[in-house]
Amino acid sequence: MLLIHCPFCKNRNETEFVYGGPVGANRPDPNLVSDEEWVDYLTMVPNPMGPVYERWWHARGCDQWFIICRDTVTHEILENPSEEP
Amino acid sequence: MKNLNRLESGGRIDRSKSLSFSFNGKLYYGFEGDTLASAMLANGLHVIARSFKYHRPRGIIGSGVEDPASLIELLEEEASGNNLCTNVKLKEGLKAKSINCWPSVDFDVGAVVQYFAKFVPAGFYYKTFKWPTWHLFEPFIRRAAGLASAPKEPPKKGHFESRNAHTDFLIIGAGPAGLLATLMAARSGAKVFLVDQNTEAGGSLLSLKLNINQKPAMAWVESAVKEIANMSNVTHLQDSTAWAYREHNLVIINEREVENVSIIERSWRVRAKNIIIATGAIERSLVFPNNDRPGVMLASAVLTFVNRYSVKPGDNMVLFTNNDSVYSYIKDLKTAGINILAIVDSRKHIASAVLAEAQNVRVVLNSIIRNVNGYKKVNSVVVQSLVDKELETIPCDLLAHSGGWNPVVHLHSQSRGTIKFNDRIASFVPDQFIQNSISIGACNGTFTLNEIFNETKSLLCGVSAHSKPLVYEGKLECSKQSYSIEALWSIDLSKEKNKAFFDIQNDVTHDDIQLALTEGYSNIEHVKRYTTGGMGFDQGKTGNVNIIGMVAKEQGIDLDDVGTTTFRSPFIPVSFGSINGVREGSVVLPFRHTPITKWNLENGAFMYEAGARWRRPGYFPIGGESFQQAVNRECHAVRTGVGVYDGSPLGKFELKGENVGEFLDLIYTNIISSLEPGNGRYGLMLTDDGLIFDDGVAFRIDKHRWFISTSSGHSDAVYQHMLKILAFDHPEWDVKITNITNQWNNATICGPLARKLLKKLETDIAYDNGSFPFMTFREGHIADIPARIIRVSFTGELSFEINVSPRNMLVLWERIIEEGTEFGILPVGSEASHVLRVEKGFLSLGHEVDGTVDPYDLGMDWLMSKKKLDYIGKRSVHLRRSLGKVRKELVGLLPNNPNDAIPEGAPITPDGKKVATEGFTTACVWSVVNERWVGLALLENGHNRHGEEACVRMKDEIIRAKITKPVFHDSDGKLLRS
Repeated sequence: MLLIHCPFCKNRNETEFVYGGPVGANRPDPNLVSDEEWVDYLTMVPNPMGPVYERWWHARGCDQWFIICRDTVTHEILENPSEEP
Repeated sequence: MKNLNRLESGGRIDRSKSLSFSFNGKLYYGFEGDTLASAMLANGLHVIARSFKYHRPRGIIGSGVEDPASLIELLEEEASGNNLCTNVKLKEGLKAKSINCWPSVDFDVGAVVQYFAKFVPAGFYYKTFKWPTWHLFEPFIRRAAGLASAPKEPPKKGHFESRNAHTDFLIIGAGPAGLLATLMAARSGAKVFLVDQNTEAGGSLLSLKLNINQKPAMAWVESAVKEIANMSNVTHLQDSTAWAYREHNLVIINEREVENVSIIERSWRVRAKNIIIATGAIERSLVFPNNDRPGVMLASAVLTFVNRYSVKPGDNMVLFTNNDSVYSYIKDLKTAGINILAIVDSRKHIASAVLAEAQNVRVVLNSIIRNVNGYKKVNSVVVQSLVDKELETIPCDLLAHSGGWNPVVHLHSQSRGTIKFNDRIASFVPDQFIQNSISIGACNGTFTLNEIFNETKSLLCGVSAHSKPLVYEGKLECSKQSYSIEALWSIDLSKEKNKAFFDIQNDVTHDDIQLALTEGYSNIEHVKRYTTGGMGFDQGKTGNVNIIGMVAKEQGIDLDDVGTTTFRSPFIPVSFGSINGVREGSVVLPFRHTPITKWNLENGAFMYEAGARWRRPGYFPIGGESFQQAVNRECHAVRTGVGVYDGSPLGKFELKGENVGEFLDLIYTNIISSLEPGNGRYGLMLTDDGLIFDDGVAFRIDKHRWFISTSSGHSDAVYQHMLKILAFDHPEWDVKITNITNQWNNATICGPLARKLLKKLETDIAYDNGSFPFMTFREGHIADIPARIIRVSFTGELSFEINVSPRNMLVLWERIIEEGTEFGILPVGSEASHVLRVEKGFLSLGHEVDGTVDPYDLGMDWLMSKKKLDYIGKRSVHLRRSLGKVRKELVGLLPNNPNDAIPEGAPITPDGKKVATEGFTTACVWSVVNERWVGLALLENGHNRHGEEACVRMKDEIIRAKITKPVFHDSDGKLLRS
């Protein structure tokens, strides 16, 4: 069970959080991209063995969404969100 | 009460406390301090179980968690399924029985299987029972390959418990390494947890008679235990196994001997800054024909039974080894009166110091055991010289063997640490550490006491979690020991007819592994799955490395290149109760209730879960009414009089801020921001892949304040969706969302007489259609209760959704029922609500909205704004539709025979033929207004097929139905706007 650093509540057990997937590209303006670019935005998400930025939601806590950087092999959390919102 | 094989003195048992126990219905006696295994051996029991596949008789092989054979079932008060008798602490009145045998363990009919063994090789079941489906055969095969039955009832007394803890040091294993580490860490003042799976501390020192500082080593153990018992910074758990090493230094421990007798087992979840793994080593088997016969035991187990439990497992013994460790046992075994007939050593040479320990014992070098004779008990062994292949038969009743030692790297490996093969000890040792842990002692490949102490002292110096350095002041002079080994993964088994077991628990033989390799399953993970070697409750603790060695030898590669299979938790079998703790059924996933649950129950509601753990009334049967009669009565009340429905579980959110309008325009398909205060709109939410996510209504309270409702089952997902968009896509927007699902309950009165009821209830809100039209809301009082009334309708009738605070809900509800009696009001359950919405063709998540449909499919494209440049899902809906593929579209179904019901989910195929489906029924109900069955379906190209016939293909019949518009009542919506 991961120990996740919520920017508001500090270190809490993984069971309090909901995983929100890896951070992909920002949502583009759908009127300015080609079909291919739009489909890529929807389907191409990072899935590395190693460090990945990912979103977590403190659902059973303060409701905060934030981003951490986690190594998918060792589970080490390499970067925590800044405590300044 | 004399034990046949009990020695006169010695051992760590309390001879003043005699305990009775029964095995397969017969009464026996043992002593306090015994395990069930040692007591069985003391009583001369040697056939304990029958094997998994071939039903061969099996006895006790190991003395602890490593035992692969002695599985039993505990009965009555201690009832639990598969237990190793080497792990069961003897208690007064314990009752146990053998498993996997019929009619008895001594005479087992299933044993005929072994004569057909060549017809059931590895992979037999997969190959044979694949047509038409494995699942057809699975129950029968599982029964034949039976393990114990699970207890039918929960434990009669006591309960399970779980605890969380944080500590500076968690030390796993209270052998010499773990105890020294504990002393060093504890003396520094750090917070320490010491966990050990034995009933008492000492580890290998409980069995080996060694000296520390010229005194018996156990004296040092006892003084160390005494010292830490007096330290408030140390928590010391014995009879407790650390069985899982999870992320971020979390270790899960199963404590079996809890100080409070009402606790059956306790589970600990300990997060430690540093974890010191000192889990020791487990002796490896040797592989030779009939190496599973009762009376063939691990050498270390024989020593443990003799020294720790004062039990003599045999009188005339042969030892078979490829390493030095058994030579140090000779003195103790002889003292116990065991006659050592020979030591068969596969090595050509051994050190003279080692040989010196075998004075007056025949040592046969460069030889192996070729066979074991005896079916239910060894009666002789066949020794073969590797030089001239000469055979010699030695009569004996005990064969002890040692194939070397495997460091217990399980927890290290679970921590994601890597392991590597070490030639010196011919086994795998920890290599890289990933989490904050170290391995010390035998689990790190260090086997002699002097080296263990030196290693512990030097490795702990480097640990820096605590402010003070860790040191051990004081001398530790130990008995001399030495260790060397020459790997022997298996004797040469070419042309061998007898079975030689690599994995005794799963009956995996030399032939099975050969077959896996021949058929191309050469990866070690494939070998494991194909043969089941290393699976089961022992997870191959004694046999796995031999399989790896064999695979390496056959392929001519290094063991490092073969690698190991994954070491998974749990390290030992753990009861579900202990994992669960006190959280039994009702609190693991608790139901959500509304304030009128009690009223519902008192008024005869049939309650069940209706999505998202909401416990709701399904229907309210009266007298001996059937389901359908009750539902019809409730529907009739709504269509002709008035009904009341508890809509409290509906997801409700209040949104506040300057950008709420823009936000709602982004998440809904239609324009919401243009609403005037007091007004609302129905809307659809899509996901960005263009599929319907949820539907609901949005109302504007004032310029910057709104509320929305979502479907009950989906409100948590919608909440997550909204917050995620605000956090990552539009952090600049001023939108605050409050989940008010539980702050507002509602009673929805619906039906043509709803206004009459409002009048009787007395309200300060004008409720005529002109001043309070459909899709608006008003705030005021009703029956003197502050309320927000919303005119929405999920039934198609005139409806007022009366929202009040939870504390007023029951009062309001009872007033509504009381005042409504003269209009024939009825409480309406989920079932009637479902009928009413199907009659109207309103959507239900999980029925028509199943994650594959877009608004066009449901005929709701009018909700897709053409003015807005962007909203979530827009681009994808249009992109998908531009492909021009046939879509499943929502239609109504009228069965040709009005009394034919179509089961929900039933497939529709062209002309009812056995071909690919073209759609399925999403709902079908008895319509009270039409007095016939009506259904909804998703059907390919359905919008253009109104008037045609659809064929629902059932198992035994075809139900034909007319395709219609998906609305069966008040199609222009006059009633709900009335």
